[in-house]
Amino acid sequence: MTAPVAAEAVPGHVLGAPRPLLEVRDLTVTFRARGRRDVKAVDGVSLDVPAGATVGVVGESGSGKSVTSLAAMGLLGRRGVDITGSVRFDGADLLTLPEEELRALRGRDIAMIFQDPMSSLNPVLTVGRQITEILERHRGLKGKAARDRAAELLESVGIGDAVRRLKSYPHQLSGGMRQRVMIAMALACEPRLLIADEPTTALDVTISAQILELLRSLVAGSQTALVLITHDLGVVAGLCDQVHVMYSGRIVESAPRRPLFADPQHPYTTGLLASVPRLDQPRGIPLLPIPGSPSDTLPWAQGCAFAPRCARQVPECLGAPPVLEPTPDTAAHLVRCVNPVTAPDVPEVAS
Amino acid sequence: MSLLEVRGLKVHFPIKKGILLERTVGAVRAVDGVDLSVEKGRTLGVVGESGCGKSTLGRAVLQLEPITEGSVVFDGQELTGLTGSELRAMRRRMQMVFQDPLASLDPRQSVSSVLSEPLRTHGEKGPYDARIRELLDLVGLPATAANRYPHEFSGGQRQRVGIARAIALNPELIIADEPVSALDVSIQAQVVNLLEELQQRLGLTYVVIAHDLAVVRHISDDIAVMYLGTVVEVAPSDRLYDQPLHPYTIALLSAIPIPDPEVEDRRERILLRGDLPSAADPPSGCRFHTRCPFRQATRCHDEVPLLRVPEIPVEHGGPGHQVACHWAEQVASGALQPQSAAVPAVDRVPTT
Repeated sequence: MTAPVAAEAVPGHVLGAPRPLLEVRDLTVTFRARGRRDVKAVDGVSLDVPAGATVGVVGESGSGKSVTSLAAMGLLGRRGVDITGSVRFDGADLLTLPEEELRALRGRDIAMIFQDPMSSLNPVLTVGRQITEILERHRGLKGKAARDRAAELLESVGIGDAVRRLKSYPHQLSGGMRQRVMIAMALACEPRLLIADEPTTALDVTISAQILELLRSLVAGSQTALVLITHDLGVVAGLCDQVHVMYSGRIVESAPRRPLFADPQHPYTTGLLASVPRLDQPRGIPLLPIPGSPSDTLPWAQGCAFAPRCARQVPECLGAPPVLEPTPDTAAHLVRCVNPVTAPDVPEVAS
Repeated sequence: MSLLEVRGLKVHFPIKKGILLERTVGAVRAVDGVDLSVEKGRTLGVVGESGCGKSTLGRAVLQLEPITEGSVVFDGQELTGLTGSELRAMRRRMQMVFQDPLASLDPRQSVSSVLSEPLRTHGEKGPYDARIRELLDLVGLPATAANRYPHEFSGGQRQRVGIARAIALNPELIIADEPVSALDVSIQAQVVNLLEELQQRLGLTYVVIAHDLAVVRHISDDIAVMYLGTVVEVAPSDRLYDQPLHPYTIALLSAIPIPDPEVEDRRERILLRGDLPSAADPPSGCRFHTRCPFRQATRCHDEVPLLRVPEIPVEHGGPGHQVACHWAEQVASGALQPQSAAVPAVDRVPTT
């Protein structure tokens, strides 16, 4: 269906490294509805997640960050969706794997945490039942053994009085507690890959700090790889080894977190950083918003999707789609831009 | 003289039980004794987490919630107890901007109808076309927007319509309840800048209610931090960040992620234990003592701390900085250190 992209660099790929845990290649997701224009939510995303790594995917609503993960997990359904490309988890292509084998993988080797724990927990089952269900299915634990393990899991995510909490229903728990239960469920089988889609967006700041600290301590030192999907640059700054910035279905910049924040090169990344007020900067620094809205995009086939909102637009932006290329300094820092921001440049004020 | 004075404001919502013989069995103390004042032309930020009563406070100031006790004085006039035409006359001087513009705009009303409604309600004579064009221009929308409907706009543009509606009657005070939190990150700055620009052009006074301390600090002159229905600290914006005195403010500030790995790796994060207690049954003494990392064996659990100017060196405190903590002086001087929280701290090996 889609033409193979000519030798584009793969974000997160390390030359000569052992095979990564997750290899996404040229993933494209198109939503089709009768009588409507097709929507290409994800447009040729490739990325590698090495075992044990913490990877951030940053983007605004509509950038395709969540759809990428849902498609990779086979959670998008088959009707009205076209998915092409490949998603290899430990060698097996998740997109062509029979449903049964996929189900065995999900929950055991790959787990996911969603934004809103209330709508992802079953309201009519106790928390304990929901955790033991996973242990029964994937670990073969039964009865008391399963309950004991479930209690242990709740303890490990910082829920006190775990044995009693097993009997609670989701509505009896607070938002932070529910998200802890979600994390306990996700970790029940010690997955090799944990995908967290906006895990703290629905939570308050102090609770969100607790949850991020918990995620950090759980993946640190373990072989579990974490993919953190978020719109908040602050969250990835403290947590992720590698960060991918998405815009309109494609990765526009990818770098280890330090170079990304110290030397952002895509105008969208610099624009995002300049448009959020920072607590540690003196007051009175004016915010430089990105003009327009995320829906003012150009189809990638006609050039750079960000060009209509970009202050650094040059004629070359409109024409061929820009290619994701390594920057001159670091091979691990990739940018999809014909006129990237270079270090001493400050983003220009957009009218 | 300040434009808005709030004294001892309480808003309690009764908890009812029984079907036929309804009786009150308790009260949710959403706002429980709040004092605030806002000078003309300035911006007061109100921050706190969900359930702290900040939205109820904003609505109570506009007399949109029944007030249990206390007073709200606007430009020298007491608002509590006003009814009918007297209240309506005051209302045109105070307006509100809501969080979710899609929910606060009627989907069947065109923008021109949305904007002419306040004018009509408050007895302005038509035609309104010129005023609507002027309003759209003020908020940076094209004149053609007048004939369009809310669903035709993006989130940021809808919030602009919401702001245009709020300024239609030339109000003096605008209460903005989470004005940017429903918007995309790249759009938030546009709306924040618009609010600042309008304040300068129209001499508006703002009360900005939000949970995002970074946004609030950017836009506000003074900040009040709320916890469980009470104000725990008030300070000029810069002071609050440089020298937070209340343990809750300290924890709140340390919890906000900063988009800079260098800063993030060096920061010390103070984690709070547990969740917000119920406002129907707030803890005794200091309401924060159940989660406070600085809690002491005496006073905290049985003595209610009052909002006061702490006795600390002028270079740290200064006028306008008030805190409701028994131990603010010791916390400020470093004599008290925070205890560790529920989640075990993990030694982090910095990764590159």
